[in-house]
Amino acid sequence: MGKEVLAMKGITKVYPNGIVANKDISFSIDEGEIHALVGENGAGKSTLMKILFGLEKAQEGKVFLREQEVIFTNPQHAIEHGVGMVHQHFMLVPSLTVAENMVLGVEPKKGLRFDTKTAEEQTANLSKQYSFEVDPAAKVSDISVGTKQKVEILKALFRGAKILILDEPTAVLTPQETKELFKQLKFLKEKGHTIIFISHKLNEVKELCDRLTVMRRGTTIGTYQVSEVSEEDISRLMVGRDVILKVNKKPVAPGKNILNVKGITYVNEFGKNSLKNVSFNLREGEILGIAGVEGNGQREIVDLVTGLQKIQHGDVEIKGESIRGKSIRDIRDLGTSHVPEDRMVYGVAETESVKANVMSYKYSDSKYTNKVMQNSKEINALADRLVVDYLIKCNNADQPVKMLSGGNIQKVVVAREFFVEPDFIICDQPTRGIDVGAIEFIRKELVALREKGTAVLLNSADLNEVLELSDRLIVMHEGEIAAFFEDASKITEEELGLYMLGLKKQSAEEIGRAVQ
Amino acid sequence: MIKKLDRLRKFEMLRTLAAVGLALAIAFILILLTSEQPIQAIRAFALGPISKFRYFGNVIELMIPLLFTGLAVSVMFSANQFNLISEGAFFVGALGSSWIATNFLLPAGIHPVVGILVAGMIGAVVAVIPALLKLKWNADVLVSSLMLNYILMFLGFYFLNYHLRDPNAGDMASFKFPASAKLLRILPGTRVHIGLIVAILAVILVYLLMFKTRWGYEIRMVGKNESFARYSGMNVFRVIVVSQMVGGFLAGLGGGIEMLGMYTRFKYKTLPGFGWDGVIVAILAKNNPALVPVGAFFLAYLRIGADIMSRSTDVSSQLVGIIQGVVIILVAAEHFMSKRKNRIIYEESMADLSAAKEAK
Repeated sequence: MGKEVLAMKGITKVYPNGIVANKDISFSIDEGEIHALVGENGAGKSTLMKILFGLEKAQEGKVFLREQEVIFTNPQHAIEHGVGMVHQHFMLVPSLTVAENMVLGVEPKKGLRFDTKTAEEQTANLSKQYSFEVDPAAKVSDISVGTKQKVEILKALFRGAKILILDEPTAVLTPQETKELFKQLKFLKEKGHTIIFISHKLNEVKELCDRLTVMRRGTTIGTYQVSEVSEEDISRLMVGRDVILKVNKKPVAPGKNILNVKGITYVNEFGKNSLKNVSFNLREGEILGIAGVEGNGQREIVDLVTGLQKIQHGDVEIKGESIRGKSIRDIRDLGTSHVPEDRMVYGVAETESVKANVMSYKYSDSKYTNKVMQNSKEINALADRLVVDYLIKCNNADQPVKMLSGGNIQKVVVAREFFVEPDFIICDQPTRGIDVGAIEFIRKELVALREKGTAVLLNSADLNEVLELSDRLIVMHEGEIAAFFEDASKITEEELGLYMLGLKKQSAEEIGRAVQ
Repeated sequence: MIKKLDRLRKFEMLRTLAAVGLALAIAFILILLTSEQPIQAIRAFALGPISKFRYFGNVIELMIPLLFTGLAVSVMFSANQFNLISEGAFFVGALGSSWIATNFLLPAGIHPVVGILVAGMIGAVVAVIPALLKLKWNADVLVSSLMLNYILMFLGFYFLNYHLRDPNAGDMASFKFPASAKLLRILPGTRVHIGLIVAILAVILVYLLMFKTRWGYEIRMVGKNESFARYSGMNVFRVIVVSQMVGGFLAGLGGGIEMLGMYTRFKYKTLPGFGWDGVIVAILAKNNPALVPVGAFFLAYLRIGADIMSRSTDVSSQLVGIIQGVVIILVAAEHFMSKRKNRIIYEESMADLSAAKEAK
């Protein structure tokens, strides 16, 4: 391997909303290697690469290119220094041809006119040189995703990139296209290019890369030779959860029926049948988990049960009352709470205070308002109490929510939805992207609610979480229940995976047991 | 403990002041460059309004309509609706009060009250139109309200011409208002009328509405994050409609009060511009009703100062337009002084991090 070609030292980036995306990061790559940058969503990989490419500005830290300090203030600048980036979402003009896209901004001209012939020749030469097969005259809107990606890479090479940043390049590719891409990337490496490969698909990292750097929560955990670590090692380094968070819970003692979902079917705005005749029920004092690869109907179940979307076919009953035609307020007044998946969109008004955010459930309750004026004494008392009880780290309850960390913002949401002691709660990805401390706290509180008799519907992409918390479990695949387990503690992750990927499916009879 | 919040809040105030200061500096430079008598001009501009009691009275007179439209725009903007109907609502409000004043015979105490209440109601009705267009058909509120203002203006002139017009007045104007319809003058030596008291009451009531009642809470939450409001069980449709009606009511009320307080007959030849000014006031006040008087006073002072300057020196009063423009661009521009703001956030976040580390 060659010598160090690029180094980032002591990079710290705080976004204007107060989120610390990178904390004192050091990162370096050697000439001619394929270097993987891995980490969970929100670990700070993209931010780091955006800083390198001049899209974002760090508050602290330095970038060295071949031991010379450089400051890229914009992507143009980075490109001039031979750094190219291929984004997750392609930056191509669909109505132009491949060749036209290729030379965009550096167009060959014949007098004042654009020289199509030269552009196409240049494109053809380049694609031959790197054995990337593309048709220079084809319109970008007509070519496949895999080819678009080739065009993006060629575009960077055309501008003289020696260091290529690829941001999750395989996310949109079929397995065959991925294979081809890897062949080409290895070829580029042989030609002396250096590649930074951002991914969280560990098998790809193992196959393609020489070294890897693991990021977690805005810091680098370390750099390793790919040959010296196993996929399990990497995964552990990424997640940092050697400790599987154990939750102590009493044996389930379900009471009467709270939620009845009866044959709901949903056709989304694109005409896709995203939910097909799904039925299950949920009783007091139990947690029903929903597992599945994202996008298999979980979103629709949550939206229909909470009233965010109108029920098309079938019915949902909460405490025996159909929620058809009921407003979200009506559903909440039945004793329903909802921890939404996207806390910044649904969970909080981020520019408002903690106080304003924790009272949005009960603001019209007679305890907190009389006919005209709000009862600020009760409201302040509530806000102060929730800040203490739910360990919300903030200066005081008047602080805007956006100044808090992700975990504490989630605690604000959880505090509001939990303190009312609901009869029924929908928890949608309750611990996504937050720190371990907050995860542990929220899970404990959730189990405490269950022990008080709340019926909990838990949707989570975190298998560990669903298995750990759920009493009963359904697995969703392509809008249908693929499996139902009476006792979630008796399933292994491997078995769950088979149902999630659609490799196995239970009989209608077994699935029918979800309704009791 | 509350250091972080205070620092950012202080910074926001400082930012507005800096924008105002910079705008004034630009104005003074322009005066120095163009005027033959720059010292007199600047003095007339800066000190004119407080040089005579009557001039200061003018500032207060001008403040009254600005208070109403400033409040109106603050409420409508708080619901995140860029409804510019305040101009048209003010205009039809003024016309409505003229109609009550000239076509009905009522006792002195009741006549103006009915006049301005009718003005407010007409304002409320017209203000809800852009909101309904938006909610029903997703029509852009900014565009439809802007256009609706002109529709209202020409409808108003039609109504004036065929129903209120005094054929003996040389101009297109309404009949004279009877004495019973006029608002009481409260400050001898000026034309300041009882509308000022109503305006002060309105400031207090709107402040209480926005920050001390559940309806104001709903409006603010819908304005800050509509998805969050919906998820929380608020009736977003109703909140938007009601907030726009409240805003329109305030603007219409302002129109009625201005007409019955300052005029002897309705004689607007075009939209009077107080609604647009209300947008400036609301931006200066950051939609906070409590700060609307500050914004209204500032704008009124500028206007009267410029007026005095143009009458006594060779600088034209249009200069105020430049000051306004610069202030608004700088206050509204998120990135003006954003480096400093980001540094504050950065320092605070870092302090938090190290504090957290120590705690561990």
